[in-house]
Amino acid sequence: MSSDLDALENQSIFIIREAFNRIDKIAILWSIGKDSNVLLWLVRKAFFGHVPFPVVHVDTHYKIPEMIEFRDRFAKEWNLPLIVGGNHKALADGMNPGLGRVTCCSALKTEPLKEIIKENGFTGVIVGIRRDEEGTRSKERVFSPRNQAAEWDFKDQPPEFWDQFKTDFAPGTHLRIHPLLHWSELDVWRYVERENIPLVDLYFAKNGRRYRSLGCAPCTGMVDSQAATVAEIIEELKTTRVSERSGRAQDKESEDAFERLRSQGYM
Amino acid sequence: MTSDTALKIVIVGHVDHGKSTLVGRMLHETNSLPDGKVETLREVCDRRGMPFEWAFVMDALQAERDQGITIDTAHIPFRSALRPYVIIDAPGHKEFLKNMITGAASADAAVLVIDALDGVQEQSRRHGYLLHLLGLRQLAVVVNKMDAVDYSESRFGEVCAQIRAYLLSIGVTPTQIIPVAARDGDNLLVPSANMPWYQGPTVIETLDGFKPQASAFELPLRFPVQDVFKFDHRRIIAGRIESGRLKVGDRLLFSPSGKTARVSSIEAWNRPAPTIVAVAGQSIGITLDEQIFIERGQIASLEDAAPIGTECFRARLFWLGRVPMQQGQRYKLKLATAEHIVTVEKIERIIDVSDLATADGVVVERNAVAEVLLRARSKVALDAFVDNPRTGRFVLVDNYDIVGGGVISLDGLAARNCAAHQANDDLSPVAHQITLEDRWRSNRHRGGVLWLTGLSGAGKSTISMELERRLFHKGYQVFVLDGDNLRRGLCADLGFSAEDRAENIRRVGEVAHLFAQAGMIVITAFISPYQSDRDRARSIAPALFHEVYIKASLEECLKRDPKGLYAKAQQGGIAQFTGVSAPYEAPVQPELVVDTAQLSIDESVDLVLRYIERDMQKADATPATIAPDVAL
Repeated sequence: MSSDLDALENQSIFIIREAFNRIDKIAILWSIGKDSNVLLWLVRKAFFGHVPFPVVHVDTHYKIPEMIEFRDRFAKEWNLPLIVGGNHKALADGMNPGLGRVTCCSALKTEPLKEIIKENGFTGVIVGIRRDEEGTRSKERVFSPRNQAAEWDFKDQPPEFWDQFKTDFAPGTHLRIHPLLHWSELDVWRYVERENIPLVDLYFAKNGRRYRSLGCAPCTGMVDSQAATVAEIIEELKTTRVSERSGRAQDKESEDAFERLRSQGYM
Repeated sequence: MTSDTALKIVIVGHVDHGKSTLVGRMLHETNSLPDGKVETLREVCDRRGMPFEWAFVMDALQAERDQGITIDTAHIPFRSALRPYVIIDAPGHKEFLKNMITGAASADAAVLVIDALDGVQEQSRRHGYLLHLLGLRQLAVVVNKMDAVDYSESRFGEVCAQIRAYLLSIGVTPTQIIPVAARDGDNLLVPSANMPWYQGPTVIETLDGFKPQASAFELPLRFPVQDVFKFDHRRIIAGRIESGRLKVGDRLLFSPSGKTARVSSIEAWNRPAPTIVAVAGQSIGITLDEQIFIERGQIASLEDAAPIGTECFRARLFWLGRVPMQQGQRYKLKLATAEHIVTVEKIERIIDVSDLATADGVVVERNAVAEVLLRARSKVALDAFVDNPRTGRFVLVDNYDIVGGGVISLDGLAARNCAAHQANDDLSPVAHQITLEDRWRSNRHRGGVLWLTGLSGAGKSTISMELERRLFHKGYQVFVLDGDNLRRGLCADLGFSAEDRAENIRRVGEVAHLFAQAGMIVITAFISPYQSDRDRARSIAPALFHEVYIKASLEECLKRDPKGLYAKAQQGGIAQFTGVSAPYEAPVQPELVVDTAQLSIDESVDLVLRYIERDMQKADATPATIAPDVAL
């Protein structure tokens, strides 16, 4: 009676509830992308329609405008406890991708995220990353500790087995919780289809091109695609060999750019 | 029959035997790599002036390329004609055993890679043993680097014999042993022309022959409570069914509390039809027909098939902690959603998994396996691993870290026949209409007994009175039971004979328990020199009892002698005076030690305050170490 999507959903809900019960102050990170929309959907399922903790959006001010419209519409419709953060000082000082994409990502995404965590005293942040997105993410834990500087020590990660997660940690550290870690890109789209989850239009092809991964306008490229519906995207993904983050320029600045971003605290 | 459900395969083996190479090449052979991945890596290799290796596909991390070893478990998806797979690439280096366990514990099946030239090595045996210990029952062996032994059938036969003999000795029969040359793709997808003597299935055929882990539908119901939600008018008991099934109308028994209630509804969001049945693997929420007190950690079952309830059980465990496991040491045990403090009562034997030799010892070093006897303070609801793996396994936590994992055996323990809920058969049959939980919520903190014990002059009364004052001003409901005060009334009929003193302590224990049942924090300040008397006080409601050892040496107390009692006792003025003419048994495993020779009164009070604030502060959070399994 249960499909593989049910199994994924059940596991994610278990993780989300575990985070809610075990961690003092948590928030969910909402990037407006497909994964974080699925994540938000799962939170509502886990808590029977409620979202019992803040929803954090880090606005870089370089986001594609449709994303912000989408955010404001659904924040209202779903009655989300939204917190919007951003690095206004860096923006005022002229931070832009021209100064280096990794530098820009650190300043406009990682830094404000750390700031929000500090300001609100969050000890856990739920993030919708997946193992199949990128090599370093494939090594993540479901409950992944960050030190006081929000850094990720990928060389010495806690053991994690039998669904017993690291829920005890020293004061000052916080956790990233990854309920979608075991999902694939295809799983996400099949779940979007099954549950009819609303997404930003940018994912659907117009004039032979679409976004496969959403980020800031200057650093996010489109891929060639004819897929204009969720069903067509699912078909496309079953055969594609182009990687999901191929449109994300900041990953490519050097061979370890993404790893450096993540160990500093990028999501 | 094709399937949408990915089968999880863990690849293990000794360092440098070629696990990552096998996986990298498999991905290539099955067209599972993104366009350009191999080309990018070849370019990187050229730039660094090193030869390309298939293992680099896996080693996405900079640090790994530099060191040439897989640091952490990676999950890599690929697909055969039959079904999708997730490969869990586990590191072979001994240092990183915890990552291998992390990877292997979730796998459906395993592949053990052995170097044809090197043969079976320590890690080959260790990994084989641990896979078995973790409960993995499907294992294929790949004898790699056959090109390095000229595809020799006889060498293959030797390695086969070696590994078969070892696996047999731990009770494992490999599904298949396959000779391969992973670097060149021999026997991965198609039979190798270099090894015509091998007629068996290829690696991919062997993988396709594995079965997904059997779901636990058929086992008795185990539904550990994860949380209790009160977001709206509903009181929803949330959790994941670990085994069996439940339906609306079933009468559930919650262990170890022993409470029962019927399932009124299975709640859901955004689902058109009401759900009436839920099965193993589902994360659900239910409502009950009675408002009984339920909290995280309790395991719901059907009444006629409850889990075992025992304070003492055997386990076979692997140790991952940097600090060795010590006999007599206390750890936090996490089993399903429950947490208990357990003491390692005995390390029964230490197993060398590379030759299965056993040894005695009182410490278990990192990466070692041992059989131990564990004892909890109150009953733990559990199953033997052989009966139900999901409620028959646990992890141990020391400070902030998971330091070990184990599987439970009840061999030789009489507790086998004792169902979890029998613990409370003798408790009060009269039910209050207000639950302990209600009282805690109203007080905004939990209650319990802080049992201060220590020599006369150690500082019990001073600390307890100051503690009471400070807790009161912080808004806690708190009361101190002090020796002299009680002897004026409740215990006025008692003298100072050994029997009367024991009776005095028994009464204090009962009175303290009543205060705790009323939702308050009660602090007792009695010398209470005998462990057996304190244990009896604890046994009334172990989960609410906190033994606090106010520690000061006899010399120190003699020096302080605030009431002049030591002087009097030494002159023979007081018979049976603790420390002078009667013994003091220091607590074996107190919840808290306050060393007043080292700490000032203020610092001592701070220490106890922090303990209280950590464990009793929030009425809505539910620290499972003080699960109130008392019926009211």
